[in-house]
Amino acid sequence: MSRLTTRNTRPRILAVASGGGHWVQLMRLRPAFEDADVTYVTVQATSKEDVPETSTFLVVPDATRWDRFRLVRMALRLFWIVLRSRPDVVISTGAAPGYFALRFGRWLGARTMWIDSIANAEELSMSATRIRPHATMVLSQWEDVAERTGVEYHGAVL
Amino acid sequence: MIFATTGSQMPFDRLIRVVDEWAATHPEKKIVAQIGVTDLVPANLETRTTMPPSEFAQLVADAELVVGHAGMGTILTAFRHGTPVLVLPRRGDLQETRNDHQFATARRLADRPGLHVALDEASLLAALDRLSGCDRPEPIPPHASDELIDFIRGFVQGHREGSTPNTPS
Repeated sequence: MSRLTTRNTRPRILAVASGGGHWVQLMRLRPAFEDADVTYVTVQATSKEDVPETSTFLVVPDATRWDRFRLVRMALRLFWIVLRSRPDVVISTGAAPGYFALRFGRWLGARTMWIDSIANAEELSMSATRIRPHATMVLSQWEDVAERTGVEYHGAVL
Repeated sequence: MIFATTGSQMPFDRLIRVVDEWAATHPEKKIVAQIGVTDLVPANLETRTTMPPSEFAQLVADAELVVGHAGMGTILTAFRHGTPVLVLPRRGDLQETRNDHQFATARRLADRPGLHVALDEASLLAALDRLSGCDRPEPIPPHASDELIDFIRGFVQGHREGSTPNTPS
């Protein structure tokens, strides 16, 4: 019965990015998320104005890799979000929040995709390198970087 | 109006000092600067620490020129609104960011219409003279390339194909 209703076959996506350029790049991917139920996660509450009202929007504490206490708080919050939202697919354009979301998502059986920021024009980001063994799919937005590092290239946000 | 921005993550005093210096000799120009949390107090700029994305986008759209770091938030927003953007890449050795990746970004995007790169403070100052009031580039579309959108959509919907049987058409 459930298969006859579109609602139940819509994939659940968790789309995660930290602030600034990572968030701007995630927003440029929005048409790919049509026909899915999307939960957006970022670090700035004011970014809510960028997402459609039909989507869920959540904020996690911001942190850099130098601030361990805040990183732990970010990770715990993301673990809770992944647990609650039970995504089929987790997608991130970077950086730390995306790393945690993909790790936890994979644990719980989600398919995961890392789209490395277009800012990483010569080598993969450190986050991409770290998430790689745990992600279903890693993309670089530069064809030659993808070739050199063995990840995939399928176009760019630009 | 010229809009100077350091991006959302951290201040960039080296950039703002140059813009402030240029502003001192161009009192007729209105310059709004988003400078982050810093002790620097520019004498000739109208400053803000941070702002919501919508206000940021509005200032970028209204500006004749955006001056910023070589960060993708700044560059993509300027491209989207067809505003010329002049960037000074952050230097890793000055702890302005974690490494010199902004030089690579700037170098690889340098041929895009509307992007102007200054590698140091002197060339930034010269470029400000040259670029205020320059032509606007064509705005880029609001979304990523079709190739990337289609690939991600396929990945997302792969779940649906995998979990429900194909219905005959």
